[in-house]
Amino acid sequence: MTELKLVMKQGCETCLMIEPLVPQIAKAHKLEVICQDSSSFPANVPVTFDESLEQSFKLNIEIVPTLIVMRDGQESSRIFGWDETAWSGLLGIAFDTDLPKFRPGCGSMTHDPGRQAELAARFAPERLRSRRLNFDHADELEVGFDQGWSDGLPVVPPTPERVMRMLEGTHREPAEVIGRVPPDYAVCTIEKVAINAVLAGCLPEYLPVVITAVEAVLEDQFCMHGLLATTYFSGPLLIVNGPLSRSIGMNSGGNALGQGNRANATIGRALQLLIRNVGGGKPGGVDRAALGNPGKYTFCFAEDEVNSCWDSLSIERGFSKETSTVTVFAADGMQGLVDQKSRTPESLCRSFASGLRVIGHPKMVMGSDAFLVVSPEHERVFREGGWSKQELKSRLLELLMIPGEELIQGAGGISEGIPVGLSDRILCKFRPDGLNIVRAGGSAGLFSAIIAGWGASGSMGSVPVTREIVLA
Amino acid sequence: MELLDPTSELQPEGRQPLPRLNALVGKTIGLLDIAKPRGDVFIDRIEDLLLQHGAKTKRFKKPTFTRVAPDALRQEIAGSCDAVLEALAD
Repeated sequence: MTELKLVMKQGCETCLMIEPLVPQIAKAHKLEVICQDSSSFPANVPVTFDESLEQSFKLNIEIVPTLIVMRDGQESSRIFGWDETAWSGLLGIAFDTDLPKFRPGCGSMTHDPGRQAELAARFAPERLRSRRLNFDHADELEVGFDQGWSDGLPVVPPTPERVMRMLEGTHREPAEVIGRVPPDYAVCTIEKVAINAVLAGCLPEYLPVVITAVEAVLEDQFCMHGLLATTYFSGPLLIVNGPLSRSIGMNSGGNALGQGNRANATIGRALQLLIRNVGGGKPGGVDRAALGNPGKYTFCFAEDEVNSCWDSLSIERGFSKETSTVTVFAADGMQGLVDQKSRTPESLCRSFASGLRVIGHPKMVMGSDAFLVVSPEHERVFREGGWSKQELKSRLLELLMIPGEELIQGAGGISEGIPVGLSDRILCKFRPDGLNIVRAGGSAGLFSAIIAGWGASGSMGSVPVTREIVLA
Repeated sequence: MELLDPTSELQPEGRQPLPRLNALVGKTIGLLDIAKPRGDVFIDRIEDLLLQHGAKTKRFKKPTFTRVAPDALRQEIAGSCDAVLEALAD
């Protein structure tokens, strides 16, 4: 049996225009008129007032008017907007009217800003599978602290509506499993990533970056378990490259390593909260850091690749400049490097090498990797001197070949050091591929930064991992 | 207020530890070095003491301290030892 559903709203000019035709349709067919914003529009027919928008949501209405043909309880076809020929053909009615032959419809109220997430949370709760917890708390911001979900700062309460809205940032299914998160090796779904992104304060457009970062740290070579469990300072640093870093408004300029940018701050935080909440990695538990570092709240920035004369990190690592990527690195905090006098690449390179020499310990070699974050004013020295990033890196590694006699235990009156038997060797501070260079920072200031890494690098520990951020 | 659980929702199964050893004589004790510096110094000393008490020992070493022990290593220890001591040295 054929039935019709006609969804309208009084606030739509096209719906107002066709209002006089509705009684004629109701006379010829079994018609249910559903109105989104009135109980008495259109006139002269019975109206179902869809005040909650439940019916419109469940019928997946995007445009009003929409005319749906139902056969045996199932939708068989639909048309939307006003097209006299199409409506006449579908309904078998010759309309005696001087209305325009065609007029597009208006947006359904179900697609007003923010409404889809709200409606999905109410009328499609089955899309979310996480356990639902009910709280009767005077201050909703205290719940995250009480439940142990917080890193010490307030977290955004993950209501179903907020999580639904977060999931609008990805095409991936909420139930998709993306891996197991250490230290508990607990199954992690896209939905769990979204919940923790809500906690962290992310916008939906950040979610693909967060998902990619999670996938990157879960690669075996990144060794997230050891990084979490270590007594060392380190935690994951995220460096974002490519057009997405700019379209979501990440900071690669002034104060790039500091506070004040929502994307930088919340993307890094979301990863940390996920390790805590899904993985179970908490300070004093499996996280055995002696001191930690402030970056374990959040540590995330974008490379300034637009204004750079150098290949970006992602290009160096085999991606195109149109591709957006996340690189994860097991990082300590940053150490400033001041050089306001050098005007030649040779001199500035020596300054950089002397700063890099001391990371971890002046005698520690082949232990930590490092990222050197070169500011625009320092980069200008290399630009004017014609040095590529690779040339700078090669020269730094040459300068960081250190005689073993300076590194051995006891040298300089310091017990720490490499075995005495290596005194006649010359050793590089870094393992091959252990030194990386990116450009970021504000336009003024002859300062760069060294971000040292975990003392366990390479195959015995962690290597940086770069992954493409896939949006489709 | 209804919220979605951000945690793993794991419900670990409760398991009882195996019975403790009453004596060391004739027992095989695994000694697992997690590959941290000076782990061998610690385990050498423990091994001396165990041998003095009539135990037998088997030495094992993780490939790296940064990762959990591989399944095969754990199974080998479980299959060939009555107990295991792990050396968390530095």
